[in-house]
Amino acid sequence: MNNILTIWQKEVKSYFVSPIAYALLTIYAVVSGFFSYVAVGYFLDRSIGAQAGRGGPMDVNEWVIRPVMMNVGVISLFLIPMITMRLFAEEKRSGTIELLITSPIRDYEIVLGKWLGALTMYACILSLTLVNLSVLFLFGSPDWRPVATSFLGMLLQGGCLLSIGCFISNTTKNQILAGAATFGVSLLMWTFDWFTGFKSDVWAKVLAYLSLTSHFEPFSKGVIDSKDVIFYVSVIALGLFLTTRSLESLRWRS
Amino acid sequence: MIKVEGVSKRYPGHTAVDNISFEVEKGQVVGFLGPNGAGKTTTMRILTCFMPPSSGTASVGGFDVMEQPMEVKRRIGYLPETPPLYPEMEVAEYLTFVGKLKGMGGNSLRKRVDEVSEKCNVADVRNKLVSKLSKGYKQRVGLAQAIIHNPEVLILDEPTSGLDPKQILETRDLIKGLAGDHTIILSTHILPEVEQICERVVIISRGKVVATDSMENLTNRMRGSEVIGLTVEGQPESGIVQEKLERVAGVSRVILKLAQDSTCAFEIESLQGRNVRADLARAVVEAGWNLTELRPVSMSLEEVFLQLTASEVSA
Repeated sequence: MNNILTIWQKEVKSYFVSPIAYALLTIYAVVSGFFSYVAVGYFLDRSIGAQAGRGGPMDVNEWVIRPVMMNVGVISLFLIPMITMRLFAEEKRSGTIELLITSPIRDYEIVLGKWLGALTMYACILSLTLVNLSVLFLFGSPDWRPVATSFLGMLLQGGCLLSIGCFISNTTKNQILAGAATFGVSLLMWTFDWFTGFKSDVWAKVLAYLSLTSHFEPFSKGVIDSKDVIFYVSVIALGLFLTTRSLESLRWRS
Repeated sequence: MIKVEGVSKRYPGHTAVDNISFEVEKGQVVGFLGPNGAGKTTTMRILTCFMPPSSGTASVGGFDVMEQPMEVKRRIGYLPETPPLYPEMEVAEYLTFVGKLKGMGGNSLRKRVDEVSEKCNVADVRNKLVSKLSKGYKQRVGLAQAIIHNPEVLILDEPTSGLDPKQILETRDLIKGLAGDHTIILSTHILPEVEQICERVVIISRGKVVATDSMENLTNRMRGSEVIGLTVEGQPESGIVQEKLERVAGVSRVILKLAQDSTCAFEIESLQGRNVRADLARAVVEAGWNLTELRPVSMSLEEVFLQLTASEVSA
């Protein structure tokens, strides 16, 4: 446990003493700020229409917060590879992996510490969304519960992509390669459910089940469904397990 | 303390380490000598549990590297060829981090960080970023990192490579200073280093141990017959001189090295255990020539090394 904490501390620190953390936070603040602004703009436009007798019932949760959270997922898709690509690739390139492996700590402690560090970084980025949403709470009274479940869903979904990114970063010395591959896999997992649009065989169902978006939907509506939680947790566990095994295999292959 | 028995490391297509065995006693400083690519780093990585051997067993302090890697890791301080430093950390912060990895903590760790900084001469940069350090400092921080948990065994992979001469001397002194408390294995391809620091040497070439012995024995064993350099002036005909020298009792071979004007230089090999220098001098003087040089050509470790590794090549 202490070892996990040591690695976690080191990881979080290394994000924040390098420009990575600040660059990611800034990029996220700008992009998510823009998305939130657009969502609110649409909402205002529609509410004028509603006053004029057109359109249906207005709901800040449904019309602003949910789209904003879905967009957060899209931005994460781009940011997560940048968070994970250095995790192992950098240690392998600079040789510091030798220090970790020859220290009396277990492989899973290294992996968990690093993943938790990345998750912390991701949580910091996510928390910026709260600043955007707080404006809505200042001038209105949307339901806070869907917001809370959305954040939980985002963290779980981010956790999945981070653990996959962790694994990919462990398979190469090259950070760019790790980042690009993570992005590709994330994007695929994001869009797997597109299959169901024109196909309905078993494969389409399996792929749709693996889609990250379809499991996020309930969270964004304020529903915590155990099947979605189990899905996310098992993907995280699988990713971390694979990372641990590939860290072990490093010794057999290198 | 360290026992390596029949260890091999094979990769598809080539064998990095081929059935090597050696032992290191507690408190010894052992030099691991060999040309680049001989398998030094691989052997060290097997000892530090970084990679397992393909076959054979290795143990440190009685613990097998395969069966009880945690116990082995606790007892080993390791400095890889490139010091495993995090550029974004400060020196003291880095040493604290490594200390924690090795299972230390609290006040004792804080004290130990001060101690090793002092010992490795990095106390003056303890609040500097690692990335801002010179190469010599980085190497010393690497050493400090290796000894932070006061390990019984120190494994140093080319600790002086890439340093300037002054830094090399400093690092060597540092290692010599550590010799009393730790069992040390250090690899190098710089021979004088081994001559200066180590008590024993393991020479490895192409993945095989070609010699393992104490420094003294090794040079003696290899020297075999004595070689003497001799220069004579005053006789333009080198053949005559050579003939005369060959007739001295105990001389086995006379090789002409240089013949210029009336000066000629020879290298003379004597039979084992015979001291022929006095006889040679007398022979030259009696012939009426001037003896301008007479010196023993001792065999340096360099030659021993070349001889050993070369015979390996021709074998």
